[in-house]
Amino acid sequence: MSVVRLEGVSKTYSRKVGRQFVKSYLSARFRPARHEQFYALKRVNLELREGDSLAVVGPNGAGKSTLLSLVAGLSWPDEGRVLVNGRVAALLELGSGFHPDLTGAENVRLNAALLGFSRQRTREKFDEIVEFSEIGQFIAEPLRTYSAGMIMRLAFSVAAAVDPDILLIDEVLAVGDPAFQQKCIRKIQELKQAGRVLICASHVMGTLRDLCNRGIWLEHGRVQREGTAEELITAYEASIG
Amino acid sequence: MRVWNYGFLLSNLVLRDFRIRYRNMSLGVFWSLLNPLVMMSVLTFIFTKVFLAGGTRNFHVFVLCGIIPYNFFAVAWVSGTTSVFQNAGLVKRVILPREVVPVSTVLANCIHFVIQIGLLVAVVLAAGYPVNRHWALLPAVFGLEVVFVCGLSLVSSALDVYFRDVRYVVESANTVLFWMVPIFYSFTLVPPRFHPLYQYNPVAAVVLACRNILMDGAAPPPTLLYKLLFVSVLFLAAGLLVFGRLKRRFADYL
Repeated sequence: MSVVRLEGVSKTYSRKVGRQFVKSYLSARFRPARHEQFYALKRVNLELREGDSLAVVGPNGAGKSTLLSLVAGLSWPDEGRVLVNGRVAALLELGSGFHPDLTGAENVRLNAALLGFSRQRTREKFDEIVEFSEIGQFIAEPLRTYSAGMIMRLAFSVAAAVDPDILLIDEVLAVGDPAFQQKCIRKIQELKQAGRVLICASHVMGTLRDLCNRGIWLEHGRVQREGTAEELITAYEASIG
Repeated sequence: MRVWNYGFLLSNLVLRDFRIRYRNMSLGVFWSLLNPLVMMSVLTFIFTKVFLAGGTRNFHVFVLCGIIPYNFFAVAWVSGTTSVFQNAGLVKRVILPREVVPVSTVLANCIHFVIQIGLLVAVVLAAGYPVNRHWALLPAVFGLEVVFVCGLSLVSSALDVYFRDVRYVVESANTVLFWMVPIFYSFTLVPPRFHPLYQYNPVAAVVLACRNILMDGAAPPPTLLYKLLFVSVLFLAAGLLVFGRLKRRFADYL
């Protein structure tokens, strides 16, 4: 059964706010021919089954983050359909959902709630999350004293504890130190063994090779190429030279 | 997500706002008390010493019954309106039912509201008004005001994403409302043909009900309560509907 399925998905961009919003709305309505469309994604098809892990590669602005936010249900496609079966956890930006003035522990509870935990489950999982993150005594300090790597540790630990059916990761792993990256990779391998789906966008090809079995290469919002992670990444690296 | 998880999520977001606001302050909750007391003193001075309003006994209690529901409304509505924009990171990057963003912001303001209601009760008792059985209605009356602000904020916060001017519209509306709610004048002075304008305005209705209960020792007229209930629930339903329609494109405009 497919866990994630994209059917002819397109997403246009350059949204205007305020007066510009009215103008662009009217021009789209009355002069559609002259109305310019910028596609962040154009007619993307994709199907992921249990245990699949997809590497998303491409230059900046190719549509990688847009693809992830569509799967996360954070934005809606303009054309086509996005079908997702199961609970999604997303690490799309470092520390989103965290607040610098709250302590690590308070942020863990807040984030667990944001990811849909109950009070009971947050209490049960709290120690496990803190232990996994290896933050130690800093857990009682405000987040603004943390380094980027420490914030990532905390964010990943909470997301992993959710035990999601689909895990989306956009680049964030790169800020962790090698030891913690290895720990994350082992945790993700465990999730994959359990039939979970991973979608990972990154510019760090080594991590993608370790994590993924399939790949998709985006270029200006279109699928340039897809295939197994290994051959796709090799081709992408060759194109960069 | 299950219903009780919503509760946990909301309480965490409310707690977050509360902690952020007070952690780096030295006087904390004291500020919640200072503002209404200053307003009460100024208005009492103006209307008992400058413009002689006359007639109204315990004018300071009378004014406070108006200021506290109005203040909560004005502050909660403005912060609710900008909440989605303020929490852009959360809205764009975290998977959550987005309705909780304006609702939790309004609820975070309720903490001040509760403290200020405590102040009101203290001032009422100090002025010598006895506790009566109609006080049991107060939580419902204030609760409906919260429901109303939630509904209104759902609409305005969603629109504010598309038109950032909405927050200024809200601020102007609040200024108008300060005069259109009987804060420093009595409802009995309002000509009868304008009465619906007040009775269908939940903020005015709350103020009137408050004075009925706390100062007159009487139950508010049932028609007033029905109108308050009707308008509040209507706005909440409309708010959820509008927000639900508009939230799909939030990520594209923030």
